[in-house]
Amino acid sequence: MKRSTAPPGIFQRFFCWFCRPKLRDAIEGDLLELYQERVRLKGKRRADLLFIIDVLLLLRPGIIRSVNPPTFPHQNNYAMLKNHFKSGWRRLIRNKGYAAINICGLAIGMTVAIFIGLWIYDELSYNHYHKNHETIAQLWSGETDPNTAAVNGGYSMQYPVAGVLRQDYPQYFKRVLLSGWIGSNTLATENNKFNRTGLFIEPGVAEMLSLKMLEGSYHSLNDPNSIILSLSTAIALYGNGDAINKTIRIDNKVDAKVTGVYQDIPRNNRFSEVQFFSPFALQIQYRPSIRERVSDWDNRAFNVYVQLQPGVSSDAASAVLKELYIKNVPPDLKKNVEKYKSFVQAVPMDTWWLYSEFIAGKPATGRIVFVWLFGIIGIFVLLLACINFINLSTARSEKRAREVGVRKALGSGKSQLVMQFLSESYLVVFLGFLVSAALVFFLTGWFNRLADKDVSLPITQPLFWLMALAFILFTGLAAGLYPAFILSSFQPVKVLKGVLKTGRLAALPRRVLVAVQFTVSVLLILGTVVVYRQIMFARDRPAGFDKSNLITISTRDPAYKEKQDIIKEELLRTGVVASMSSSNVPLTFISNVTGGYDWRGRKPGFDAEFHSVKITNDFGKTFGWQFVAGRDFSTDFARDTTDAVVINEAAAKYMGMKEPVGEKLIDIDGETGAVKKTWTIIGVIKDMVIGSPYDPAMQTIFYYNNGSPGQFHIRLNPDAGPARAVAAIQSVFEKIVPSALFQYKFVDEQYAAKFSQEMRIGKLAAIFAILSIFISCLGLSGLASYIAGQRSREIAIRKVLGASVPRLWHMLSADFMITVFVSCLIALPAGYLLMNNWLQKFQYRTAIPLWLLVTTALMAMLITLLTVSFQSVKAAMLNPVKSLRAE
Amino acid sequence: MKKFQLGEFEEIVMLITGVLYNEAYGVSIKKAIEEKLSRSVSMGALHTALGRLEAKGYVKSHEGERTEERAGRPKKYFQVTNLGKKAMEYNRDTRNELWNAIPKTAFGLKYNSSL
Repeated sequence: MKRSTAPPGIFQRFFCWFCRPKLRDAIEGDLLELYQERVRLKGKRRADLLFIIDVLLLLRPGIIRSVNPPTFPHQNNYAMLKNHFKSGWRRLIRNKGYAAINICGLAIGMTVAIFIGLWIYDELSYNHYHKNHETIAQLWSGETDPNTAAVNGGYSMQYPVAGVLRQDYPQYFKRVLLSGWIGSNTLATENNKFNRTGLFIEPGVAEMLSLKMLEGSYHSLNDPNSIILSLSTAIALYGNGDAINKTIRIDNKVDAKVTGVYQDIPRNNRFSEVQFFSPFALQIQYRPSIRERVSDWDNRAFNVYVQLQPGVSSDAASAVLKELYIKNVPPDLKKNVEKYKSFVQAVPMDTWWLYSEFIAGKPATGRIVFVWLFGIIGIFVLLLACINFINLSTARSEKRAREVGVRKALGSGKSQLVMQFLSESYLVVFLGFLVSAALVFFLTGWFNRLADKDVSLPITQPLFWLMALAFILFTGLAAGLYPAFILSSFQPVKVLKGVLKTGRLAALPRRVLVAVQFTVSVLLILGTVVVYRQIMFARDRPAGFDKSNLITISTRDPAYKEKQDIIKEELLRTGVVASMSSSNVPLTFISNVTGGYDWRGRKPGFDAEFHSVKITNDFGKTFGWQFVAGRDFSTDFARDTTDAVVINEAAAKYMGMKEPVGEKLIDIDGETGAVKKTWTIIGVIKDMVIGSPYDPAMQTIFYYNNGSPGQFHIRLNPDAGPARAVAAIQSVFEKIVPSALFQYKFVDEQYAAKFSQEMRIGKLAAIFAILSIFISCLGLSGLASYIAGQRSREIAIRKVLGASVPRLWHMLSADFMITVFVSCLIALPAGYLLMNNWLQKFQYRTAIPLWLLVTTALMAMLITLLTVSFQSVKAAMLNPVKSLRAE
Repeated sequence: MKKFQLGEFEEIVMLITGVLYNEAYGVSIKKAIEEKLSRSVSMGALHTALGRLEAKGYVKSHEGERTEERAGRPKKYFQVTNLGKKAMEYNRDTRNELWNAIPKTAFGLKYNSSL
């Protein structure tokens, strides 16, 4: 019979490939028999198709063979593995320098990765101390500016909102808690006074935050005159922590009985700074003005925390809250709500920390950027260390080639050789991990100080050990897989004959990897330098006032009332104080923005807003105002205390005034437009940095009002010395207002605190960048020394024939220099684009000058040159006789 | 608890194997099922079922002749074992028991009501 009718060969072969050997013959026979019959009955085409379908339907677990049929099933590999590790260990001992470079590089890379991992874990678990963190949210109210369509808002809410939520939306909110702001209060016991941070909030907070109550219960705040203390506060106040039922006087105004003590909330939680909780009712008691707000929909001065019902998402709650204002505000406010599209949303606790910055009214960005940034840096640094291992292993492949040849000739399969090389890499990775675990253990304290964190290796958690195992497995694979496959793929005949692919092409992957290392390192360095420059740029920005020798004191205590003049008089008499003044608000952040202003030339429909500050005599003198035009307030002019105003440059620009002095600023009623008061501008000062140093200065007005001094500012006499001055000031305060706690802050320290966050991130990034270049250089040095050693005979012969040391040095270094130069060419434009993009988010920003890019490149080249030269000069200086006689 | 594990398709395969007696191999079983039960059977399903039955010990196999149309591949003949016979009987008996346990009226009533 002529066999012209064969089934589609490729499918037949495919079947033979996947089928179990035992079943293969019988099934193939069946298939062929069926096929022949179908050809006869239905024609070849149809038979072919049915054959293909049959083959595909045979693809099922009972028929497919196992992936790797063992030649010798149930083989015990234990002895072989043991031998791999043993021979790997001996090889490490024999090549100590090479082993040290590998292990150190990996250990540093792993240490960085572990620290970054801990840092990220800490960031991601922010607020997770509270069991209900997924359902807790805080209300946020926003409005759309009709002029610019920008959405602005904040956490301050109106008093009646909480009641409406409780009454109308119980199906969404399990708990609605009205509260004040987290703030500093004075707690006085019989003998002592302490300043402690606290929160006045409606009862239920202890249960909502799942506080661990050491004394008392979740109901401890039900009595209006109660207070619960954190354990550390209880110990600070009463020594032994035996605080229960004791009476504490808060802010020298009201008494509260301690009804509970709770375990301190750990650091990575929003409420960790809160050292005591007290009922909101207590705050109403001592600030009766709050009662006027009970049904005031116009005043936003409170916080509202909510706990959502199970199954209700914050988005669902926010959707409902969108209508809250329009449904509930009194008719006279409706117009404004509609005009500004005012809305409320519930911001979930899980976004408070990582997504603290709002874009278009939604929590969008914030620390999460740093989490990503550090995550990427961590992976890159680890990758750099892995590249070292890869490069050094493949570079040394010639030495191992013969071994591979012999092993293969003796019957090793490729998979067995891969096993061998992988176990060697695991040996190195495991040693590296041990070193890095020790490093992490010893450096944790230092890292915590640097990063302002409280992290530690969670060695008691099984999950951590699993992660560590996964980490070792991953690193071992990343470092060992490529060399293992390269080394195990040598052909025994060739390598035993001594023919090994060498020359430029063989080294190409290695050079690419070196280029990757330096690209990443140069990128990191450029990034760090730009971040530093930006921080420095903002720090060196003219502050508009003299920060040094200036202290500020909060005067919330009622005892200060009416005492300002006496205090001032006494202070000036001590001689350590140059001048003193006061304002209604602190001048370290923008806290009092008001609207409703008019002036000559205002565009109709332009709703102006100013940061307005009430000040008293000598303010300009105390702060060291620098006048651009006009004059300071003066006691010589009676009207200065009634209708004069000093503005900053930003305000002049904001109002579009060329000659502001003498112009009128009119305070109007926002609703009716009626004139409430007319101010005369008497002076223009240089912008003071009050808010974020990265933002342009806010338009600010200062006017005289001594009705409500909230903050004293005292300029010290520079000759007096701060320690002596503070002691003298303290004695004055204790004499005149003995009941109040004397608490002061240096303005320059507060100013520096504005940069602490960025400085910290910058420092961390700098350390990582330096480590990354160090790891890269470590690998480069190993590579250079190996290559120099390999070419030692060539170098010797060249030397004998008259080559000079500089010539040889050039020959050995040029390759590396070109590689690093190429990586600079890649890294610098990419870095420039990235960092320029990053800078755009700052209003007040530095530029990236060309010389910075050039310097970075030169630095990278110089470091490379030094690293490589050390090895190549050593090789070039060697006595040729020695290296030629070596064999 | 089931004494004998025997699926519906497996049972059919065994029955056919029994029917074909000495002539039961892949292609013949497949054809017989398709003919007698008028349902199509894929080679994959059949061989998987046969493999399972053999593993359970319900059928045994031996190699047969190599024909030209099979390109020299041997046929694999299947035979029901004693254990397999017991399993089939067990299956049939339980079915019958259940049939007998159905009250006469159950189907009768339904028949009436639909009228």
